[in-house]
Amino acid sequence: MKYAYYPGCSLECSSGAYDVSVREVAELLGIKLLEIDDWNCCGATEYFSQDELTACSVIARNLALVDPSLDQVVAPCAACFLNLKKTDRLMSEHPEMNRKVNQCLAAGGLNYQPGRVKVRHILDLIVSDIGEPAIRDKVVRPLSGIRIAPYYGCQVVRPTDGFDNPEYPMKLDDLMTWLGAEVVDYPVKAHCCGGHMTQISEPQAFELIRRLLQSAADYQADMIVCMCPMCQLNLDAYQARVNSFFGTNFKIPIVFFTQMVGVALGIDRKKLGFGKEIVSAAAVVVAKR
Amino acid sequence: MVTTHAFKGSPFLKEILADVPGGERIVHCLQCGSCGGSCPNGADMQYTPRGIFALMNAGERETVLKSNTMWCCVSCYFCTTRCPQEIPITEIMYALKRKAIAEGLAAHTDAPALAKTFTDMVDKYGRSFELGLASRFYLFNKPLAMLKMGPLGLSMFTRGRMALVPTKIRNLEQLQAIIKKAKELGGAS
Repeated sequence: MKYAYYPGCSLECSSGAYDVSVREVAELLGIKLLEIDDWNCCGATEYFSQDELTACSVIARNLALVDPSLDQVVAPCAACFLNLKKTDRLMSEHPEMNRKVNQCLAAGGLNYQPGRVKVRHILDLIVSDIGEPAIRDKVVRPLSGIRIAPYYGCQVVRPTDGFDNPEYPMKLDDLMTWLGAEVVDYPVKAHCCGGHMTQISEPQAFELIRRLLQSAADYQADMIVCMCPMCQLNLDAYQARVNSFFGTNFKIPIVFFTQMVGVALGIDRKKLGFGKEIVSAAAVVVAKR
Repeated sequence: MVTTHAFKGSPFLKEILADVPGGERIVHCLQCGSCGGSCPNGADMQYTPRGIFALMNAGERETVLKSNTMWCCVSCYFCTTRCPQEIPITEIMYALKRKAIAEGLAAHTDAPALAKTFTDMVDKYGRSFELGLASRFYLFNKPLAMLKMGPLGLSMFTRGRMALVPTKIRNLEQLQAIIKKAKELGGAS
């Protein structure tokens, strides 16, 4: 199984734990990831609020650079995943958009035929392409005794992808169950973390973060596993600020789901990026097992 | 006498929809309010999306473009998913952001500055550069808030989560040529 890999900017540094754990887990599961050569930033939501054609053209350069021998690209970051998928769809459904984006790509000597590359999320790959029996078979250190709250965020499951339910997704719950974890069924698992609102309006962002942490705490989660760099950053790095803002005392480790997959599959924790999270996960990952 | 509810659309409505592929679905808005009820920031909006759509239809250009509605949108897509009429609401919010920025009616929010600072980095390096983005954005827009960000930045740095220098892509000329062309062609489909 060979796929093009689009890590995205966050995975290069601030979410390095996601990148290393995706690569380690993929290798162990026999998923070959070929990084797109010289990929550029997807622009997150920021080009779209200024100029849609620039947004789509910047994103389409990455699709155009996918190795011609590959027809699927994997993006672990939620914003990257949505942007690649959205651009491909806009180009497929709107001939005028396709024509204009290709006009822009041509200025750089590139072209992209919409639909040529299928955009996939790493969770979908692990759950659908590898599947339950193969995963269960490879679990050597079950996550038993760890109460994990799976957190989906927004842009992987919405608007709609087809691989999971946009209102009440289950795929990450399923995967954590296969790994032996005690899955926490809490009501806000696909609610918003506030995205870039932490930079623009802290009271609004902090309230959204508080709702998530409060719900996970109410349901006695030991940790939250997420699948988006922005979600991880907001819930982890801002947790102390949220605590001082509301007078709360949350201390919930937030890690990427692939880190816990790696633990269960027996990969050395040092190779999975643990220790990069600000609210330490060590006590949960080590002591609980 | 039987009257039908005619949603013909003001020139302003049409102007916005011209910038949203598939946006013409807005004429099917039932005013049901699923959008505002689903929005995590709905309570902070001056007008929830259905209200904005009615105002757009009534041609209330300035009221719409000066409102905080679209700037409360965090692109979570709950409204889009739940809209029974399949209106691409999140995309319409993006179009309103674009129009408000273009017409200089977004002075009440830092969101356009964040967007511009972010995309300037990408235009220049081909990749996002978090330290550069954060320091430039805070310095020029909210210098006092920078102090509160200090400890957070430091804890990111000590955990190897903050690069001090930007990564540049190799073929920056190619990306810049693409961006230049897109800006020339201007606007969306």
